[in-house]
Amino acid sequence: MIWVPLLVASAACYLIKLSGLSLPQRLLLDPRIQRTVPLLPIALLAALIAVNTFSTGTHLVLDARAAALAVAGAAVLLRAPFLLVVGAAAATAALVRLI
Amino acid sequence: MASAAYALSFGAISITAGLSLPQTCALSILMFTGASQFALVGVIGAGGSAWAGAATAVLLGTRNALYGIRLVSLLDVTGSRRVAASHFVLDETTAMAIARDDPAESRFAFWVTGLVLFCLWNLGTLAGALATQVLPDPKALGLDAAPPAAFLALIAPRLRGREPVAIALGAAIVALVFLPFVPPGVPLLIVALLVAVIGLRRAP
Repeated sequence: MIWVPLLVASAACYLIKLSGLSLPQRLLLDPRIQRTVPLLPIALLAALIAVNTFSTGTHLVLDARAAALAVAGAAVLLRAPFLLVVGAAAATAALVRLI
Repeated sequence: MASAAYALSFGAISITAGLSLPQTCALSILMFTGASQFALVGVIGAGGSAWAGAATAVLLGTRNALYGIRLVSLLDVTGSRRVAASHFVLDETTAMAIARDDPAESRFAFWVTGLVLFCLWNLGTLAGALATQVLPDPKALGLDAAPPAAFLALIAPRLRGREPVAIALGAAIVALVFLPFVPPGVPLLIVALLVAVIGLRRAP
């Protein structure tokens, strides 16, 4: 069930990389492309944070994951390394659930 | 070394999200672009369909096309070399290649960074996935709460200035507003569509 979308997405991600080395520069340097493409990761990552923190299925919820996100935010502000940010968030969620 | 840490947490998050060990490793071998991989397993872990996850991963991967602009003149690759080089077109390899003044050094930096990164990334993924697989209940360790932290660490370097912060907040709000009314995963695609419509239309 997961394999087909997984392989299709992998192929598409490869073709995107190939297109950067193959498409005419004029197309890639189009101001609209230059403006829009860098916005996508910002918008999508922010939406992923919101959805993965404040929802279960199609329900909005506020649970231990919100505390985990707050701790992760503090860790990022303190310039903690990636593994520490992720580990601190997981530990926070586990602790809050224990209480 | 930082990439090994990313990979370790990717392996752990992927297994916690319900992907198998072969699926997790296949992603790191075949997709080989961090943010997209995290997004795919993040969507699946949050109950979204694998297709919604796949679409989000591809949309996040679009930025890799822009690295090609910087790389194409530096690398001067054609034919089968271009086919191989494409797999290594990433944030890190681009940064290492453009940091060199000499074209030969640029090419060397690109290929070495690409190969080392590919090895570290896949070994880290395997280690993280294997370690998580032996856990009786990854959720008891809070690993299901890890994806947002990973996304936060990935987005943080991009949030310089007011416009990116405003876009991030707007995207988060739009996603949550649509969430109760559409299938899981779809709010992300709505956000991407809005970005495309606004970005491609706005006058330069």
